[in-house]
Amino acid sequence: MSVTTTTAAPSATAPRSALMRLVATELKLFVRERIGPIWGVGFPLLLLVIFGGIHSFRKPQKDFGGATTLEIYVPVLIAFSIAMLALSALPMVLAGYREKGVLRRLRTTPMGPVRLLAAQLAVNAAVTALSVIAILVVARVAYGVAPPKQPAGFVIAALLAAAALMAVGLFVAATAASGRAAQAIGTILFFPMMFFAGLWVPIAQMPPLLRHISHGTPLGPAVQALQRAAEGHWPHPQQLLIMAAYAVVFGLAAAKLFRWE
Amino acid sequence: MPAVIEVHNLHKSYGDTVAVDDVSLTVQEGEIFGILGPNGAGKTTTVECVEGLRRPDRGEISVLGLDPQRDRAELTQQLGVQLQDGELPGRLKVGEALTLYSSFYRTPADPRALMEMLGLADKSSTRCGKLSGGQRQRLSIALALIGNPRVAVLDELTTGLDPQARRDTWQLIEDVRARGVTILLVTHFMEEAERLCDRIALIDMGRTVVVDTPAGLTERVQTEQRIRFRPSAPFDDRLLTGLPEVTGVVHRGDVVVVTGNDNALNAVTSVLARNNIVARQLRVEQAGLEDAFVALTGRRPESERHASQSRPGRN
Repeated sequence: MSVTTTTAAPSATAPRSALMRLVATELKLFVRERIGPIWGVGFPLLLLVIFGGIHSFRKPQKDFGGATTLEIYVPVLIAFSIAMLALSALPMVLAGYREKGVLRRLRTTPMGPVRLLAAQLAVNAAVTALSVIAILVVARVAYGVAPPKQPAGFVIAALLAAAALMAVGLFVAATAASGRAAQAIGTILFFPMMFFAGLWVPIAQMPPLLRHISHGTPLGPAVQALQRAAEGHWPHPQQLLIMAAYAVVFGLAAAKLFRWE
Repeated sequence: MPAVIEVHNLHKSYGDTVAVDDVSLTVQEGEIFGILGPNGAGKTTTVECVEGLRRPDRGEISVLGLDPQRDRAELTQQLGVQLQDGELPGRLKVGEALTLYSSFYRTPADPRALMEMLGLADKSSTRCGKLSGGQRQRLSIALALIGNPRVAVLDELTTGLDPQARRDTWQLIEDVRARGVTILLVTHFMEEAERLCDRIALIDMGRTVVVDTPAGLTERVQTEQRIRFRPSAPFDDRLLTGLPEVTGVVHRGDVVVVTGNDNALNAVTSVLARNNIVARQLRVEQAGLEDAFVALTGRRPESERHASQSRPGRN
């Protein structure tokens, strides 16, 4: 700690390597936190294995237009993973960081809190992508579920679904008073959303009223768009628009309401 | 010596609440400058404006020639900040935290050397959430110093620490200053300010009451000296009460307590000597910073016990 004379220096932003280190640290913390890896990645895979083990789930169903129950459930499990990571893990960490003053401390360093937010989103997005790929690979390899026949449409649907859910997650992080509160709110939102995504009753088998409600939730269109792309069709524009609307509205509201302290 | 921090007529309100009314102070290079005042006096808001965390409503602030608002990016490189309540993620390890934070800076300190200096060397792989109050405070100091700053702001550093940890922390701060870092120290503990600070700004109700050295502050208050001793032989009180310097003589058992002005000690001892009386266990009590505080603000300073009670969980 010598007191070297600090000469006039170039712009004082943190170097790129620091940002990479920040992302790596956030990833490490994400794994240590355990909630994301267990519930966001492990649990959907476990459900996939359980469903895949049910013999009748692998038989084509007339009700699903010849698709197997397992094929209907793969997009639902993908939605499960996206929602768990974006609604539970993300808000809990960010609101906790604000509550504990982690963001405030970063404000006093050249790194600044915006980059921490970016690092968190990057980690969340990367883990989500990994989880989606893992679900597709396990479904294909272990249970013979065909990969999406319209890959581009599938990717777009998955990206929009993740964007919509992360925006809602950020909104929760912006408005919750503490990490604990954020996690509670996220979990309360998770179950109805998953219901309308068809976790308990596939959307196609819902009564008309519930199906209409499902179309207006973020995960209903997500599951249906993923389903269509899996079968080889482009997602319906309305499905994509609803997800985009959630992403924009909640994203802007979160940006407006988010406080560093 | 050049000024490293200059604050002129700072004013900051939150809605109708005036947090800082009118604060001015100048910190010279290499000194430990204390901001002393009761809770809610505006100390923390003042340093938050210095750190650039808050935008002042009025007044000018210059830190190392930089504007804390306009030159944020450069300021964060040169100003180390220890926050009153800035935790780290509980699952982050001490060594990881210091390595990560060191990567933010242009010319960082060596995390290892810093851990060594702060007695955290064996805590490198301990999670931040598992540290004791004192260890957490030392990590907080380490984070304030990791960027090799020229100036460090330390806010309520020893609140919630036990007396031993507090003394250790004081020693640390003196070590840091010895390395040439200018320190702005926020505190409401008299003892801390008296022990550490070269100069003190006394802040009360959002205003700078006075800026002076601890000794200078004490001298400002005209107080009586209190002289206690055990006389070797009984004597007539009138020997002392007759002195113009003495205002009172009281017996407490076999101890005599004499009050008087600054010259009373001289007068009393020479009278006793002339009468062949030895003053045993002679003790002189003088006004301390605490008396100065009361005299200058008209209020009692926060007592330590009260302070730690009023801030549960802040450790």
